[in-house]
Amino acid sequence: MNLQLLQEVTAFIWQEGDMLDHGEYDTWLNLWTDKGTYIIPINPKETDFENTLNYAYDDHHMRELRVQRLIGGESISTSPQPRTVRTLSRFRVLGDDGMNVTVRCAQNVREFRKESLKFYSADLTYELIRAGDSFKIHRKLISLINSDDALAGIGYIL
Amino acid sequence: MNNLIPTVNLTVDPADLVQSDRVHTSMYTDAQLFDAELEKIFYSTWIWVAHESEIPDNGSYKTTYIGKQPVIVVRDRKKDVHVLLNRCRHRGATVCEHKKGKTNSFVCPYHGWGYALDGSLRGIPHPESYADCIDKSELPMISLRTESYAGMIFATFKDDIESLEDYLGAAKKWMDLFMKQGAGYGIKVPGEHRFRFPGNWKIQLENTTDAYHFPLVHKSFLSSVDEETMALFDFVKGPGYVEDLGNGHSVMVMIPDLIDLEADLDKPIPERFEALAAELRDEGIEEQQVRRIVRAVGGTGFNLNLFPNVACSMAFFRVLQPISVTETEIHHSVITMDGGPAVANRYRLRLHEHFQGPMGFGTPDDSEAWERVQKGASAGEDLWIMLNRGLPGEQPSEDGLVSDVSAETGMRAAYQQWKKMMSA
Repeated sequence: MNLQLLQEVTAFIWQEGDMLDHGEYDTWLNLWTDKGTYIIPINPKETDFENTLNYAYDDHHMRELRVQRLIGGESISTSPQPRTVRTLSRFRVLGDDGMNVTVRCAQNVREFRKESLKFYSADLTYELIRAGDSFKIHRKLISLINSDDALAGIGYIL
Repeated sequence: MNNLIPTVNLTVDPADLVQSDRVHTSMYTDAQLFDAELEKIFYSTWIWVAHESEIPDNGSYKTTYIGKQPVIVVRDRKKDVHVLLNRCRHRGATVCEHKKGKTNSFVCPYHGWGYALDGSLRGIPHPESYADCIDKSELPMISLRTESYAGMIFATFKDDIESLEDYLGAAKKWMDLFMKQGAGYGIKVPGEHRFRFPGNWKIQLENTTDAYHFPLVHKSFLSSVDEETMALFDFVKGPGYVEDLGNGHSVMVMIPDLIDLEADLDKPIPERFEALAAELRDEGIEEQQVRRIVRAVGGTGFNLNLFPNVACSMAFFRVLQPISVTETEIHHSVITMDGGPAVANRYRLRLHEHFQGPMGFGTPDDSEAWERVQKGASAGEDLWIMLNRGLPGEQPSEDGLVSDVSAETGMRAAYQQWKKMMSA
């Protein structure tokens, strides 16, 4: 097992999670490749995300719009903004061809907003591309364990 | 079906709760009323259960609910559609727990009783213990009266009510117009967002015929779209209208230019669709069909509310399912062109994701507003919900009553039907 690579990708993904929990959205937007996609599917068995309905299928433009919606103060479901703490663990490198690294990990998010504490558990699968001594995110796939159940509003970035 | 036990013993007269310009707050908060609504509305009229594209083949099925009762919508070997109560006639277990799928039969997991796709009881394991005390023909799954119009399948527990088409009445022509967004390919429902909010179902029902909230609640959505789209959605002061269509149904026309998607195909293609049009032309699609697709791709300019549980809402079906007096589940079913160009269908999928669902730019804000209504309605139990907007300008129309686009005419229509059914 390549422990150095595991440590590198873990540090990168932990950093991304910390940015999202602490509202550092500009920095977060810069973590992505130009063609990077942020996907939250509905059907756990789906593989063709582009041609099916998802909760989110964001390119760079939609990620920018999503951030703007969260911080813009125009949306009653995100003001007050939810507070989140996410725990990322169980990292496993699924593939590495020297340039692209695929990593899967577990994410548990706790969210508090307006008298209500909620949580979401998901498998995250990252396709990372090496960029200098770090990575860029080419795809982040968020597979909620209850994705095919009826959900409540999610007013933050998973 | 026979009711051996009367389930509704209301201590209030529902007719006292609905006036011509307001409804009583207890409509959102009284659990006894909620139980009565299940009986007198959800178990007494036509309830939408599926679009035909959701069960395309022999053996295709989906499971859903009518009120609180689980049902299976299934297409049998002869292509006929059945809506079956999802319970085994032996000891009551559900015979199917999947959301959708394809099967040859339904077999109860408890003791193995097997049913054909039309609900008839076919097999009982180890029948010898019953000797001659069971007649399989007397114990089919309960099959509800099922009718459809424009591809929309409805079912009812009542054998003695009017036909579906009579019930839909003036709403039918709007359903036909709505289906034109298939652009000649037909309508397909390939998925849905399912969403719950802590509030009464009628708060959601009202919202589908509420143009008034749009610029305020959906400000963040409007900020996220191009200028052309923003101008299109600036309809509150526009020439649109709301029309009461009878039987609790209503239509809210927000964008009159988009009532008939097959009209005006010679008009210039709006700038926001130029890239899509170019891609369609590159695929070798003829200019007239390109225009038809592009005009249909964003959906219609109206919301059609069909009392009580479904709406044809611009570009999707909105389905509501009452859970309790203070909880409602909503399905926003996406619509694509069945067999249409993938690039156009991707446009529709992304459009749906943009507004709808738990992470959309629209639905969560609606949900927040509805949740606030429910919370606020727990204050001032003697107060009324005001529904008098647009009343002074309301006029008789061919199909009922009409007023301006942000009038509460559609809500008044729904509540008059509520009153009629609850008083029956």
